[in-house]
Amino acid sequence: MRSQGSNKWRVLGSQILICVCGSVAAFADPAAPFSPTNIFSPASAPADSIFGLSLFVLAVTGAIFLVVFSLLLYSVVKFRKRQSDDGREPPQVYGSNQVELAWTIIPVLIVVALFMATARVIAIVQKQTRLDNAIEVVAIGHQFWWEYRYPALGVVTANELHIPVSDDHHPTPTFIRLLSADTDHSFWVPRLAGKTDLIPNHPNSMWIAPHQSGIYLGQCAQYCGTQHAKMLLRVYVQPRAEFDRWIQQQHQSSAVNGAGSPGQRIFELTACINCHTVRGTVANGRFGPDLTHLMSRDTIAAGAAKNTAENLREWILNPDLIKPGSLMPAMQLSDQDLDALTAYLETLR
Amino acid sequence: MNATSNVFNQRIEWDRPDRGRVAMFGLIAAESAIFTIFVVAYLFYVGKSLTGPIPKDVLSVPIFYTICLLSSSLTIHLAAKSLRRGSVRSFEILWLATIALGAAFLYGTASEWHRLIYQEGLTISTNLFGTTYYSLVGLHGFHVVVGLAALSIVMVFTLRGNVGAMHTERVDVLSLYWHFVDTVWIVVFTVVYVIGR
Amino acid sequence: MSTESIAWPSTEAESRSFVDQIHEWVATVDHKRLGILYIVYALLFLLIGGVEAIVIRIQLIRPHNNFVSPQVFNRMFTMHGTTMIFFVIMPVLFGFANYLIPLMIGARDMAFPRLNAFSFWMMAFGGLLLYFSLVGANGLYGAGNAPDVGWFAYAPLTSQTFSLGHSTDFWTLALLVSGFGSIGTAINIIATVLCMRCPGMTLAKMPLFAWLNLVMAGLVILCVSPLTAAQIMLLVDRYLGGHFFDTQAGGSAVIWMHFFWIFGHPEVYVLVLPAFAFASEIIPVFSRKPIFGYAVMVGATVAIGFISMSVWAHHMFTVGMSANANTFFVLSTMAIAVPTGIKIFNWLATMWGGKIEFKTPMLFCIAFLFQFLLAGLTGVMLSVAPFNWQLGNSYFVVAHFHYVIVGGILFCLFGAFYYWFPKMSGKMYSETLGRLHFWLFFIGFHLTFDFMHIPGLLGMPRRIYTYEPGRGWDTWNFIVTVGVFFQAIAILVFLGNLLWSYYRGQTAGNDPWDAWTLEWSTNSPPPAYNFSTTPTVRSRRPLWDLKHPDDPDWNYE
Repeated sequence: MRSQGSNKWRVLGSQILICVCGSVAAFADPAAPFSPTNIFSPASAPADSIFGLSLFVLAVTGAIFLVVFSLLLYSVVKFRKRQSDDGREPPQVYGSNQVELAWTIIPVLIVVALFMATARVIAIVQKQTRLDNAIEVVAIGHQFWWEYRYPALGVVTANELHIPVSDDHHPTPTFIRLLSADTDHSFWVPRLAGKTDLIPNHPNSMWIAPHQSGIYLGQCAQYCGTQHAKMLLRVYVQPRAEFDRWIQQQHQSSAVNGAGSPGQRIFELTACINCHTVRGTVANGRFGPDLTHLMSRDTIAAGAAKNTAENLREWILNPDLIKPGSLMPAMQLSDQDLDALTAYLETLR
Repeated sequence: MNATSNVFNQRIEWDRPDRGRVAMFGLIAAESAIFTIFVVAYLFYVGKSLTGPIPKDVLSVPIFYTICLLSSSLTIHLAAKSLRRGSVRSFEILWLATIALGAAFLYGTASEWHRLIYQEGLTISTNLFGTTYYSLVGLHGFHVVVGLAALSIVMVFTLRGNVGAMHTERVDVLSLYWHFVDTVWIVVFTVVYVIGR
Repeated sequence: MSTESIAWPSTEAESRSFVDQIHEWVATVDHKRLGILYIVYALLFLLIGGVEAIVIRIQLIRPHNNFVSPQVFNRMFTMHGTTMIFFVIMPVLFGFANYLIPLMIGARDMAFPRLNAFSFWMMAFGGLLLYFSLVGANGLYGAGNAPDVGWFAYAPLTSQTFSLGHSTDFWTLALLVSGFGSIGTAINIIATVLCMRCPGMTLAKMPLFAWLNLVMAGLVILCVSPLTAAQIMLLVDRYLGGHFFDTQAGGSAVIWMHFFWIFGHPEVYVLVLPAFAFASEIIPVFSRKPIFGYAVMVGATVAIGFISMSVWAHHMFTVGMSANANTFFVLSTMAIAVPTGIKIFNWLATMWGGKIEFKTPMLFCIAFLFQFLLAGLTGVMLSVAPFNWQLGNSYFVVAHFHYVIVGGILFCLFGAFYYWFPKMSGKMYSETLGRLHFWLFFIGFHLTFDFMHIPGLLGMPRRIYTYEPGRGWDTWNFIVTVGVFFQAIAILVFLGNLLWSYYRGQTAGNDPWDAWTLEWSTNSPPPAYNFSTTPTVRSRRPLWDLKHPDDPDWNYE
């Protein structure tokens, strides 16, 4: 019996060590996260408040864990039946009102503390007043890509969201209105904010105020169908000047570059225009992403592949090769037509 | 159930509730939960239909058929009382009256639906009102049908002379179900014809 | 109480034809037989659900893996969740409840034996219906396929628009049918506990097992019904053109979530209360002390039952409810942690000052205590709404609920198997194999579910058939998958132990554990009529009173 007890102790001890190492590893140096989607390296206002609250919660629950774990461990070791046992039953204790009261009151107090801390952060995040100079974005979730509209700035794009850095002293937050064109989705870029769902007929809104420029990654976090896994998010947080330049570029016409090319003719004669928009041409479909400035993006298929001519060609040939189950049909074009079409799309800068 | 028992030279009285009654209350609790969800859906969607006929325009309050159904609660209660007294004759008559009143209610629902579908063009797929109305009233109607089936089976047994005062407890349990169905109708009536209009 | 049994002719070793034996089992209304049917059924589906889990984990062992297509993967996680909850855990818990409650309260059978049989067959048929989808559900992708909408089947993904074919309908109907069975069992349990207790056994003298199952049954009645209602609504939408969840017609996708989680949250308490029941019977016996604070345990259970009906929207913190609504559900969820914690403390106090014997049932229950503590604390983390906005719908949640269901419920269940196997079969299991099962499963469980928290903290959402490299998730997913194989082997050891011991184990006798509740006073296995004379009791531990006539419990209660 004795070996049984200490054996158990050894295994439990090593298990604790694994857990501690794991948790420590999960915390990252905010300056150089080893995971670009680590919730513990926030780079933006709502994520910061959540991070602060989470540290408090982890401290409280960690303390509770250590105390109760130690008591459990102690009881299992100390009160085990020894080999020298006399065979009599131990004292039969039925209960104790004082003890019950004590371990009711203490948890209640802990709950009150946790609750108040939580209620405070809920209010901070959800009751944020809209600032005048905030950037307004409307994000519409589709199976399996993201549509972004900037109503005040007159920009429509897809899959890669550009927003300005927000200085803490002169904040320029971005408010995102979240809609859905089909089923439920969820916008989750961990380093910027907690996730908020996009639900049809149920508009939601969220805000972010990133204080560091860079590219932030995330992905859809509500199961939305076959290719839920490759509905990736890329948020480009840029210094104000760079963001303004991007807006300018989005306003320019891209249609002139490839006008009259054989690729454009193929684009207009096949079913492409039923789903896609290229501003300045007859293509004004809304089912698929806006392609007006396709070449200004780093990736295609909502992050599923890099935006290279090769990948583009393969995507048009058969989307199932890159994203099986996506809603874009294989266009069944000849090699020649494919080359021309890809060349045309490459002009849409 | 009542029993006395010898426990270490002590006599104890041992009273426990009747299991049929407990089971019926359990069933009623479960059914109440189902109806609650349909009522919540109905109330949530009041005024939210995007198209089509609205309650005010097409619903007519079924006062007469409601009186029929609620009276059937009275007749079933009196029937159970008669049976307890041992007068199987009056039990038969009152039980039959209960069935007739319940059937009248169903006829009322059916004719109401006929009018709504063929004259007003309201079906379960017309709009949110249609969906929630037919579902809620239909679910209740279904429970009336099941209740009438059970009552009819008892009627058959009674007419064959197989029912007597010793079956009072079972008849009580069955009438609990019937009272439940009536209570649900009071709720549905209030929600659909009073609040929702 | 007499321990003699009158031998029925049928219990003697007569040569009965195979067909007769099958017929006996199919037509039985005996609570013990039905209990075993439930348990065996659940074990079969445990294997199937386990294979689904293995497929999932192999696919996720490294990024951009190609073990299965996304379509198959999505069916795997849907079927895994649906199978494990509805056709493994619920049946096995109902099985133990059916078997043990009449024995523990000194009754001859459940209140309604035929309803009992009906409920079992409804549930069994539901499971078969769910799996029939593999052949019967002509979908977009060809001949028959399983549902792929996730086990909580959010609208509008389940509408005809997004779920073509019939796979979703198989999900809906299977659960509808087995739901009726569950409600039947729940009514039966309530009627049995309230109406069939033996003389002297007031509610305050009932074993905690009976109390916990009573509250569980009440929860089933109140929570399975909303799911039934929601599924009827879904069928109306899909087949009668209804608009309950049709967002194009003004309907609400969120209301499905409310209805589902009004079922879904109490459901997890339906799953955990019987596990608490097992722990509350096993821990006292192997600590050689009565349960500490019986009245408080009952009170805490009832409190959990009530509060559990008011916390459901903590599954919906990211849906966009108002700040006030979010705050309310934070409070109610944190509140339920208090009675749950009290229970852990009471089990700890039961062990305190005792003489703990580390037999296999107790090993599992001790591990349960540590693991359930951690699971409860990750639950507290998830109850903090802003923290939930990061952790929700990620692998942190998957790790949390598996920690509760596997680390908590399944561990207690294994404890229960070993504890009552001698009573049900009359044979003693192999303690060596039991220990092997425990350690293998313990290692595998911790490898998988401890490390599973980390990808969640690093931003990995759930229900994805593959993931990008370079997010820091790779190593952890690999470790998680390795753990699964330890668990699989452990389960095989467990099943082997049960089978081997059933045929070759030593005779166990009536009371191998020197325990104190009524089931240990009759034969192993009990005769068809359970007790030759109806027992009468004077305290919570009738057998303690018999074994210690100089110091009976009723002097202290």
